[in-house]
Amino acid sequence: MSHAWSQNLLYLALLLSLAYPLGTHMAKVLEDGRTLLHPILRPLERGIYRLMGIHEDDEMGWKAYAWSITLIKLLGLAAVFLLMKTQAALPLNPERQANVASGLSFNTDVSFITNTNWQAYGGEATLSYLTQMLGLTVQNFISAATGIAVLAALVRGITRRSAAGLGNAWVDLVRSTLYILLPLSFALALFLVSQGVIQNLSAYLHTAGGQVLAMGPAASQVAIKMLGTNGGGFFGANAAHPFENSSPLSNFVQMLSILLIPAALCVTFGHMVKDRRQGWALLAAMTVMFVGALAVCTQAEVKGNPALDGLGMTQVASLDQPGGNMEGKELRFGPGGSALWATATTAASNGSVNAMHDSFTPLGGLVPLWLMQLGEVVFGGVGSGLYGMLMFALVAVFVGGLMVGRTPEYLGKKVEAFEMKMASIAILLPCAAVLIGTAISVLVPAAVASVSNPGPHGFSQILYAWSSASNNNGSAFAGLNTNTPFYNNGLAVAMLLGRFGVIWPVLALAGSLVKKKHTPEGLGTLPTHTPLFVGVLIGVVLLVGALTFIPALALGPIAEHLTLRSIR
Amino acid sequence: MNFQLRPALVAFFALSALTGLAYPLGVTGLAGALFPHRAQGSLIRRNGQVIGSEWIGQSFTAPRDFWGRPSVTVDTQGRPLPYNGAGSGGSNLAPSNPDLRKAVLDRITTLRTADPEATGPVPVDLVTASGSGLDPHISPASALFQAHRVALARGLDEARVRGLVAAHVEGPQWGVLGEPRVNVLKLNLALDDQFGANNQKSR
Repeated sequence: MSHAWSQNLLYLALLLSLAYPLGTHMAKVLEDGRTLLHPILRPLERGIYRLMGIHEDDEMGWKAYAWSITLIKLLGLAAVFLLMKTQAALPLNPERQANVASGLSFNTDVSFITNTNWQAYGGEATLSYLTQMLGLTVQNFISAATGIAVLAALVRGITRRSAAGLGNAWVDLVRSTLYILLPLSFALALFLVSQGVIQNLSAYLHTAGGQVLAMGPAASQVAIKMLGTNGGGFFGANAAHPFENSSPLSNFVQMLSILLIPAALCVTFGHMVKDRRQGWALLAAMTVMFVGALAVCTQAEVKGNPALDGLGMTQVASLDQPGGNMEGKELRFGPGGSALWATATTAASNGSVNAMHDSFTPLGGLVPLWLMQLGEVVFGGVGSGLYGMLMFALVAVFVGGLMVGRTPEYLGKKVEAFEMKMASIAILLPCAAVLIGTAISVLVPAAVASVSNPGPHGFSQILYAWSSASNNNGSAFAGLNTNTPFYNNGLAVAMLLGRFGVIWPVLALAGSLVKKKHTPEGLGTLPTHTPLFVGVLIGVVLLVGALTFIPALALGPIAEHLTLRSIR
Repeated sequence: MNFQLRPALVAFFALSALTGLAYPLGVTGLAGALFPHRAQGSLIRRNGQVIGSEWIGQSFTAPRDFWGRPSVTVDTQGRPLPYNGAGSGGSNLAPSNPDLRKAVLDRITTLRTADPEATGPVPVDLVTASGSGLDPHISPASALFQAHRVALARGLDEARVRGLVAAHVEGPQWGVLGEPRVNVLKLNLALDDQFGANNQKSR
């Protein structure tokens, strides 16, 4: 018996208990409340608004809100591209990394502004420290703050009555960064250094024996990469690299920080709609799905790879060895610490990896694949997970309304044709991008040539790439060579669709909800805080995921699982 | 959206300065002051020279040393260079890929050839490639599996080598986090320190 199961239990207990205080703090930040950080940071915040020439209480309609978000993203796109194309001539480049090729720059750039953080690049072999800091770290913050801002706007759309404004995008961005992301990242980065994660500006080190050790400001980027559900590694091997994730404790804390803000935002939601049970219900639905996925993945990885049976080797765990499927895994984490990470990173839109998903057992790899395809609503990305889940909640009340033949409502707002259209677009657009992208790839010889593993697993590699990009995850079955024109550009389009194709309909929906009057609860109202509703919500999520993706999954991981014992 | 251009530009530059310069440089400064050894990579020195990092595994192939986990990292030309600290990565071989089974079989054969008397089942971590290619650890079982070979090559009593392995076992943190493990570089250095770096087979 490995320690995997007790580690899983401790993880869930800590995650859920930390969600409450952080969720309360975030609600204060988003609702103009004072926090403990205000005496220090408030003057800085006001200074920024003065420079911007805005007033904090300027309200924005949904279009202005959406344009503001899009605008700052476009600036980010330009800045990161420029950094990558000129890094050779800029400071903080002790390894003299060359300017990055345009295709790779564009792909990396898009992947960071969309919170995907797909790694077609290998950090230590491609990027200068300045590019990592001023390019990628900044986008890690802004894209996470964007997620929180859009969520806040949606919640205001639900709570405000007969209004027009959804809040101010700039204020939401600045406050999320200053009062939530920066302090948490700072504390986490220092903790990680204490565990062995490096943080310096030194040149790469050449040891007496001739080994070259990559250096750099890793901890500061790793902290926000985890907290902001970004996931783009400082090093090529991401969190499997010991300088990025050194000890079992650093591993555990990084895993906690993946789901910390997404889980806490459910509590924030309960505060903001003045009915905490609403937040608990969403959190319960997420937790139930997470536990199921985690159990399957852990079991598959701890059990090991049947294709390696009969070679005179043991995969059985004992007191002095982890056993299990160890290809592509680090010993200090073992199959348990790797399966938990894989489940958390794909439940959220994080996409960092501490083990190579490509080498996971078929069923162990199916879990991350499917969690992404569900739209990453099981906790999900910072902000994006909860607004994604709220889209499913609207569909769930709609389905409930159909059953009793009554106009559905959610938290006192009538859900009508326009809202359902927007929710459907937000849910189905990423799904369509996954399936269409995969379908095109298997027909294009240049795309098939990137596959590195034979048989059904080759198909899984392609399916994984599109699932990851379209849902802004960023993890990969990394054997697939995606640094090609086809994938660099195709996946970039999928990432943009998956981010902006969701943010715009969500904000449009918020803009429509905010205008509506409050409808008092009646006899026919489906209460949305009960176990019954949690069940309906889980049913809707799983049904959409199942109907859309089971055929594709059958061709990939399921087919591979069935053939595994015949590999000789 | 002309009227939003100024706020957008200011927000972008202000947030860039805060999160892209002040934050990483602040962490660098504070980490350097509080945890200088860790921040610089937990380097191990001998005779004034840096010989490695405690977190980054090294390639050991001599019979007298404990071997780490297989590493499939490559150099910039794509040629095999195990434990390349400037280019981390794993094999990305699928569990169903026949090449994986073949690679594992080859590694088992190498171990059996190096010590025909080690006939027990080989622990899986000793014949599968790590994710980073830089894994500094092996399982205690994998270390004990090699104890006989190392003792023989160094002309030492096997019990003393096993004792040294036992002294280097780190348990799971807090009892449940991660796996029991042995740091290969530290173990080999301890061997050299205790029994001399140049002792030869005394047969």
